[in-house]
Amino acid sequence: MKIVFNNVNVVNPESKINEKKSSVLIEDGIIIKIGKLSSSELKGAKEFDLTGKYIVPGFFDMHVHLREPGREDEETVKSGCNSAANGGFTGIACMPNTEPAIDTAEVVTLIKKQAEGNIVDVKVIGAATQGRNGEMISPMAELCEVGAVGFSDDGVAIKTAAILKRALEYSKMYDVPIIEHCEDESLSGGAMNEGFNSTLLGLPPIPSIAEDLIVMRGILMADYTKGKFHVAHISTKNSVEMVRKAKKEGINITAEVTPHHFTLTDDAVKTYDTNTKMNPPLREKKDVEEIIKGLKDGTIDCIASDHAPHADEEKEVEFEFAPNGIIGLETQIGLALTELFHKNILSLEEIIYKMSINPRKILRLPIPKFNKGEMANFTILDLDEIWTVDISKFKSKSKNSPFNKMILSGRAVGIINNKKMFFDYNFINI
Amino acid sequence: MPLSNRHLLGLEGVPKEDIQLILDTTTTFREVLERPIKKVPTLQGKTVVNLFFENSTRTRISFELAEKRLSADAVNFSSSSSSVSKGETLKDTMRNIEAMKVDMVVVRHSAAGTPKFLTNICDSNIINAGDGIHEHPTQALLDIYSIREKLGKLEGLKVCIVGDVAHSRVALSNIFGLITMGAKVSVCGPSTMIPRNIEELGVDVIYNIDEAIQENNVLNVLRIQLERKAREYFPSIREYAKYFGITEERLEKNGKDIVIMHPGPINRGVELSAAVADGLHQIILQQVTNGVAVRMAVLYLLGTMN
Repeated sequence: MKIVFNNVNVVNPESKINEKKSSVLIEDGIIIKIGKLSSSELKGAKEFDLTGKYIVPGFFDMHVHLREPGREDEETVKSGCNSAANGGFTGIACMPNTEPAIDTAEVVTLIKKQAEGNIVDVKVIGAATQGRNGEMISPMAELCEVGAVGFSDDGVAIKTAAILKRALEYSKMYDVPIIEHCEDESLSGGAMNEGFNSTLLGLPPIPSIAEDLIVMRGILMADYTKGKFHVAHISTKNSVEMVRKAKKEGINITAEVTPHHFTLTDDAVKTYDTNTKMNPPLREKKDVEEIIKGLKDGTIDCIASDHAPHADEEKEVEFEFAPNGIIGLETQIGLALTELFHKNILSLEEIIYKMSINPRKILRLPIPKFNKGEMANFTILDLDEIWTVDISKFKSKSKNSPFNKMILSGRAVGIINNKKMFFDYNFINI
Repeated sequence: MPLSNRHLLGLEGVPKEDIQLILDTTTTFREVLERPIKKVPTLQGKTVVNLFFENSTRTRISFELAEKRLSADAVNFSSSSSSVSKGETLKDTMRNIEAMKVDMVVVRHSAAGTPKFLTNICDSNIINAGDGIHEHPTQALLDIYSIREKLGKLEGLKVCIVGDVAHSRVALSNIFGLITMGAKVSVCGPSTMIPRNIEELGVDVIYNIDEAIQENNVLNVLRIQLERKAREYFPSIREYAKYFGITEERLEKNGKDIVIMHPGPINRGVELSAAVADGLHQIILQQVTNGVAVRMAVLYLLGTMN
């Protein structure tokens, strides 16, 4: 089937394409032509008028928690993919803290199988250690062979420096990153950032240095082992500064930030809303300012949601007893456009790098190209649509978002990938 | 003039007029407690549930007596375990209790913010009887009332809160209430027990107990938790008692008229020597009596609002 997008701006910095008011012809999911189309080329095509909208390389979220296997009541591979599609992502990488953890080829294969034929590509991050318990590194060779693209004990940091060293050394053979949840175990266990607000609210604190110490450990270890080290959900000023310095020194290190860590501060916790409870916790103004600076100057390579679905009954409890995390796939692009693009912090091209190209580079995945004959892998953006977040319309099985009812500027209106299309909240046959 | 909020969740942000009203109403009920028949019909027909998820003897008895002396129907619910281990969520527990048609809920819970959480899921008036290390407003109100009763004023008085300030709900509520009422507040204790950024609340930090005694009109001495977790914050009980314990010698050495308060229960020989705990400076049992009157005032003011 032939489809055509008309009057659309096409931007892909990796293919050096930046065309205004162009047309895109796709046949059976394959790019046929970008540019002015003749009437014969248009013949028989289903046409979409995308005036004012943008086609960009499909966005990729490298930090997503699917709850399969183990907690399919909260999210499955399928519902997570629907959530990603609705949020504007053509690819996601899922984290290994499932039950059981993703530490065997069988679990990787199960997830791959569940994702087969989906519009959204699902890449798998394997556990860095067996059972994520920090004692023995996981069978990384075998996991890579069946498709793992990185390793992490996310939820916790790799337990000891010795095991981290081994993981970095071993993963080096396959050129995949160790993705570290940076939090010193002996300083962890609190419910919010340590600071004036934790004193005010009487909530047990997590100090920012819990993160900084493990970021520092990772930088030194990456330098020593020459392995690939990726800082997951960076959240503190000191950590951003350390990563900046390490990059200047040529150390092989990358970093991601979540939308909530550049949008909210720990002031949001004052409501005791458990949807403001996550780990790392919301930090202070000075941290958000440094994160913004780090996004601008390239210290922070990419934006990732840390999409963490939890059942209502688990979140509707006393703050200290609630699990950490919020869902983010369906608000991420809106928040990035509202907080970064419209506030002139990042250009559209920079957003594309941080949400499409860089995460794929970190995980060594092919970047969607806009050439004739390539499979169309697009995210379609409306940069200016004003919309109100409504969790009841989310495709995720869980609803734990602090952004409900927030008004955002800019939205992903659809995606095309794997010869399938999702547009305006629905799947469309192409 | 009614209170400005139908719940008492803490003293943060509570206006001076509200605290003044509670203190003045307390005086009325304080007088009731001196009568041979210590009971008034004020809350007849109202049902109050005391929802205690944490061990408490004196606060629970104090509330229960206050409720009974106002002729309210008081029901006690005690559970030492958290909702998590109990299998039923707090939301379900609360909804079940409210379905039995109650008017007010007094709640004590180990998790900060629980009273606020209850206001989101039920319609009763909520009174915080202590939430984690957050607030314990009725304790602070009775402390403030007792200071006013003893010294005749609050404005300009210097009050120091001594001990494990970081893990005390009594400290935070006292700080909010006393500052609102015009007192000058400081805290004194080992530096590991003073929370970060406490100065931002407008309090001074003192690490020397003699200085705290010299500088203040009132010392409100907190109980040192002797269980293991709290014990990690100082090297030994002996060292704590030696450097932060209030003894007769210390009071004499600093030669000064000072009021000693304690929210109880006291660790004799740790934060207070036995002589000080029973001595001339302390008003510890007056605090306990005033506690009933303060809680009567709070229950009355909230219970007659709607």
